[in-house]
Amino acid sequence: MSSVSPKGVLTTPIFNNNPIALQVLGICSALAVTTSMSVSLVMTLAVIFVTAFSNLFVSLIRQHIPSSIRIIVQMTIIASLVIVVDQVLKAFAYEMSKQLSVFVGLIITNCIVMGRAEGFAMQNPPGLSFLDGIGNGLGYGFILMVVGFFRELFGSGSVFGFTVLAPVQDGGWYVPNGLMLLPPSAFFIIGLIIWVLRAVNPEQIEANEFKMKHNTEPKEAV
Amino acid sequence: MAQSNNSIKKILTVAFALCIVCSVIVSTAAVALRPMQQLNVELDRKTNILRVANLYERGIDVEAAFAEITPRVVDMRSGEYTDQFDAATFDHFQAARDPATGRTLSGDRDIAGLTRVENFATVYLVGDPENPEQIILPIRGQGLWGLMRGYMAIEGDGNTIVGITYYEHSETPGLGAEVNNPRWQAQWEGKQIFADEESVTPAIRVARGAGTGEHQVDGLSGATLTSNGVTNMLQFWLSPEGFGEYLARFRAGVDPDEVQEADVELEAEA
Repeated sequence: MSSVSPKGVLTTPIFNNNPIALQVLGICSALAVTTSMSVSLVMTLAVIFVTAFSNLFVSLIRQHIPSSIRIIVQMTIIASLVIVVDQVLKAFAYEMSKQLSVFVGLIITNCIVMGRAEGFAMQNPPGLSFLDGIGNGLGYGFILMVVGFFRELFGSGSVFGFTVLAPVQDGGWYVPNGLMLLPPSAFFIIGLIIWVLRAVNPEQIEANEFKMKHNTEPKEAV
Repeated sequence: MAQSNNSIKKILTVAFALCIVCSVIVSTAAVALRPMQQLNVELDRKTNILRVANLYERGIDVEAAFAEITPRVVDMRSGEYTDQFDAATFDHFQAARDPATGRTLSGDRDIAGLTRVENFATVYLVGDPENPEQIILPIRGQGLWGLMRGYMAIEGDGNTIVGITYYEHSETPGLGAEVNNPRWQAQWEGKQIFADEESVTPAIRVARGAGTGEHQVDGLSGATLTSNGVTNMLQFWLSPEGFGEYLARFRAGVDPDEVQEADVELEAEA
C-alpha cells in the first residue's frame, strides 16, 4: 500500500494514504479537539510523539514479542507514552491540558496509533517505523489543522486566537456560526476533505460494496 | 522464532520486563513533574477565585491580583474569624478528616454527599477585610460522577450572588461540564440566596428547565443530576451547617443569635 522507503513512509500518509481521510481512523478525537487551532496543534504534537515512539519501541522489540500477547504489549507501550505526554502537558501547558481533558488519555484508544504499531512496526525496522509514526501523525495532524482552521475561523472568527473576522459580540460585523463549535461541523468538514482528496485522486475511491439492485429503485409506496 | 517466542517462559519474561520498564518510565515522569503540576493547580485555583469575583482578565498577573484578596479562616460554628490556622496553608480536606477540626454528617443532613465536613473554612475577602465588597466561599459536593469543587462569590450584603465557578469536577463534557460555561455562570449574577431577611435556609436553587425569579437559575439540559448536585451543595454550604452563621454577620435584619438557635434546633432534630 505505502511504499517502504524513508521518504515514502513519511509523506504518503499525508495525502495519499491519510489515516483520517482514507483509512477513516481516529475520527472521534478529530471531532472533539478541533474547535480551535491551538488545541488542534497540541493534540497533533501529542499524537505525533505517541505514534512515532510507540512505533519505534514496538519495532525495537518486535523479534521478541510473543504473538499471543502482542496486542497487550503494544497497548502497554502506547499507554505508558500517553501517560507521559499527559503528565508533561499538565506540568508545562496546564490550560491546554484542561481544554484537552480526557482526549489526551484517549490517544491510547486512537486506532491510528494501534493500527501503525500492529500493521507497520511489527514488520519493519525501527528507523523506518519511527518515520512511519511521524508520517501518520502528520497525516492526522494535517486533517486536524484544516478542520481546526475552518471551525475556529467560522465559529469564533479567529485563527490561532487572533481575531480575523471581528465577531458581533465584540462590536464587529461577523455573526459566528455556532454550529462550527459543535462536533457535527467537524463531520461535514472531514467529509468535504475526503471528497476533495478523492476527486483529486480517483484511485482512492472504494468499490461500491452495497450496490442498489435494479428493481429496488425508489418508487411510490402503495 | 515464533515457536520460542510463544513458550510460556518467554511470554512471562517479556510481559514482566515490559511492565517493569514501562512502570519505571511512567512513575519517573509522574514524580519528576509533580512539583510543577502542583504549582499549576495552585495558580489555577487562584485564577478561579479571581474569575468568580469578576476580577480576572486575560493576561493579568494572577499572583499580583491575588495579593489584593485577603484570605481568612472562619469558624463555621460561630461565624467568627479565627487565627488558629494560617489562611494561606489551611487544608480543607485535612481539616475535615481530623476529628479535632471536622465532624461526620449523619445521613439526612449530608445533602451534599460529603460524609465528613470541616468546622473551619478559608474565605477570601475582596476589598476592605472589615467591610468587604465581596466574600468568596469555597463550596463542594457530589455531582453526577464525583466531587465538584468550586467557589461562590457573594456581595458584601451576604445575600446577593456575584458568581459561581468550579475548578475541579468530573462531570460529562458537553452536559454536566457546562457548569463552567460562562453563559450559564452569567445567570447567577444578582440572584438572591435567601428568600427574605429573616430566613436562614437558602432559597437559591437550580430549577428544572427555565428558572424564574431571583432565587432560581436555569437547569442544565441533559444534566439534571449535576444541577441537583449544585443545588444540594448550595443548600448545604449556605445553611447554618455551612456558612450560614458567617453570612449572618453581613446580612441586615438577621440576628446572629437567631441563626444560632435555628442551628440548635437543626441539631436537636438530628
